[in-house]
Amino acid sequence: MKETPLSNCERRFLLRAIEEKKRLDGRQTYDYRNIKISFGTDYGCCIVELGKTRVLGQVSCELVSPKLNRATEGILFFNLELSQMAAPAFEPGRQSDLLVKLNRLLERCLRNSKCIDTESLCVVAGEKVWQIRVDLHLLNHDGNIIDAASIAAIVALCHFRRPDVSVQGDEVTLYTPEERDPVPLSIHHMPICVSFAFFRQGTYLLVDPNEREERVMDGLLVIAVNKHREICTIQSSGGIMLLKDQVLRCSKIAGVKVAEITELIQKALENDQKVRKEGGKFGFAESIANQRITAFKMEKAPIDTSDIEEKAEEIIAEAEPPPEVVSKPVLWTAGTAQIGEGVENSWGDIEDSEKEDEDEGGSDEAIILDSMKMDTGVEVSGTGSQDAPIVLSDSEEEEMIILEPDKNPKKIRTQTISAKTEKIPSKKQLKKRKKKRAAMLKLT
Amino acid sequence: MACTQAQLVSGSANPGRTRSVGLWGHTVYTDANMRAEPGIESSPRGPGCSLRHFACEQNLLSRPDGSASFLQGDTSVLAGVYGPAEVKVSKEIFNKATLEVILRPKIGLPGVAEKSRERLIRNTCEAVVLGALHPRTSITVVLQVISDAGSLLACCLNAACMALVDTGVPMRALFCGVTCALDSDGTLVLDPTAKQEKEARAVLTFALDSVEQKLLMSTTKGLYSNAELQQCLAAAQAASQHVFRFYRESLQRRYSKS
Repeated sequence: MKETPLSNCERRFLLRAIEEKKRLDGRQTYDYRNIKISFGTDYGCCIVELGKTRVLGQVSCELVSPKLNRATEGILFFNLELSQMAAPAFEPGRQSDLLVKLNRLLERCLRNSKCIDTESLCVVAGEKVWQIRVDLHLLNHDGNIIDAASIAAIVALCHFRRPDVSVQGDEVTLYTPEERDPVPLSIHHMPICVSFAFFRQGTYLLVDPNEREERVMDGLLVIAVNKHREICTIQSSGGIMLLKDQVLRCSKIAGVKVAEITELIQKALENDQKVRKEGGKFGFAESIANQRITAFKMEKAPIDTSDIEEKAEEIIAEAEPPPEVVSKPVLWTAGTAQIGEGVENSWGDIEDSEKEDEDEGGSDEAIILDSMKMDTGVEVSGTGSQDAPIVLSDSEEEEMIILEPDKNPKKIRTQTISAKTEKIPSKKQLKKRKKKRAAMLKLT
Repeated sequence: MACTQAQLVSGSANPGRTRSVGLWGHTVYTDANMRAEPGIESSPRGPGCSLRHFACEQNLLSRPDGSASFLQGDTSVLAGVYGPAEVKVSKEIFNKATLEVILRPKIGLPGVAEKSRERLIRNTCEAVVLGALHPRTSITVVLQVISDAGSLLACCLNAACMALVDTGVPMRALFCGVTCALDSDGTLVLDPTAKQEKEARAVLTFALDSVEQKLLMSTTKGLYSNAELQQCLAAAQAASQHVFRFYRESLQRRYSKS
């Protein structure tokens, strides 16, 4: 699906509003949208909501052999995915420019800033190191993906626990969570990206642009800062010229914002830790607001399964016996074997298409109707009240014959003849079955 | 471990000729050589016959036309639906809507397992969605696994159904997914956790419709007898009543005034 384009009047309206220092969602120039962090049941899983933008983060780990030139360092891998769920314009499996740009920015923000101690991820130098993989999925796109993704990544990394390992001589032992408590990663600092959108060639500035504002902006400045106000990454895109003062002012604002966000992250992590320790309920089920009208919960429901056995027995007793299986394989020539001749093919789709072919011929109506009747017979015996759709299909069958006269009868006739010869054994078989069933029904 | 996969869904391209998916009629002859042997006749029933707690939230994403997150115990799936919307010319079907299902795993890229699940879910959706009302459009269901703690396919089906309802796509019936697991001693467990699934001899997942609790899709893994299959189906039907009641109550709440 294509992105709906922004109309000129919408664009003008948005720009005019920005010039008047107004934002559509009622925020001030330097305001962030609400940030909500929720954690999953497993370690290293979180959902970060920045207004309506939503990012799912999941960290996983694996023991791999290290890179040749970095024998004592663990490997960090970041992967942001723009799911089609987030916006209809994102196509699955395509590396768009935006995606490449965002992934690169994330890597620079988190890997190149050395916020994670990669040396502590080494198990045996040159042989075994931990590879930490951070998967980020954009679930809903309402602007400012990079801020939400960088928060989700760092939160997931802080929340993650890797299995404990011990090395004795050459032996590496991996402990399950039951044997030894998993250990957290050692994180030096938490770099967080802050985006600034510029409008009218840098005259106006907005923090945390939403999707609409992103569409009308001229340029974007992303600054990654940690709470010690150290700049980790800075990137300006969109091709606007910024003054030195502007950049300095932005970095100051970023410092303030990041201090606030870091505090929030720490509070959320502590909260989750406390709940887990106390054995309370945690996970996404708890983060669904109960009072919301669109949400609903149901407690564990016991299911009465006492009569299942009888029901099943009843059905098996009622059902027609399965077709006889040719147990002895027929050997035509050496190296070949055939089993199951004469048993009707029960793969519905193939049959349907075959029937269509036969319809065009129009000459072996009897066979089609016959086989149709067989089908109805089988269904009726099974379900009891399934006549209606089949009657319909019968009538359609006849109609199609009327509508489609023979165009090249010769070719089709040969087809139908072959079909006939194929059908004959099965027909006999079916008749046998039918009789048997009739007898069965009488008995029951 | 033998692995069988039976899809009993027929395409709705030719509704007239659609073979009715007879619940009992079909399953009887799916596997003739797996007949019940009198020796392994089981006596199920145990403490495992209950569904884990359910939670559902609809309309939580702003971009898709409809969305729902569905939780079954610790298993959680988020679904977003776009549709009926513009369709690519290459995917256009002249007399009905093109239904697409995308399932995204949490870690790594989608693989064969996801593709197979996508197909199962798509076929189930196709059986109930009235695509003929929106010819030459696309309905896209995007599913994102949030956490997998057993019965994932069933949870995916439930999330897809709730998201389709939220979107307002016309459907002939609702559907739900129920997973059953059979232990080595033949105990039947409904809505198994990941651990139970791992230890089970057979895991069966069914999709059932809400009108007559008829089978829309079944996929099974492992060995089981004919009798056990019927028992699992009957149990799934009993469980589906609860799921549909949950659907009803959550929708009632949603469209209530308070």
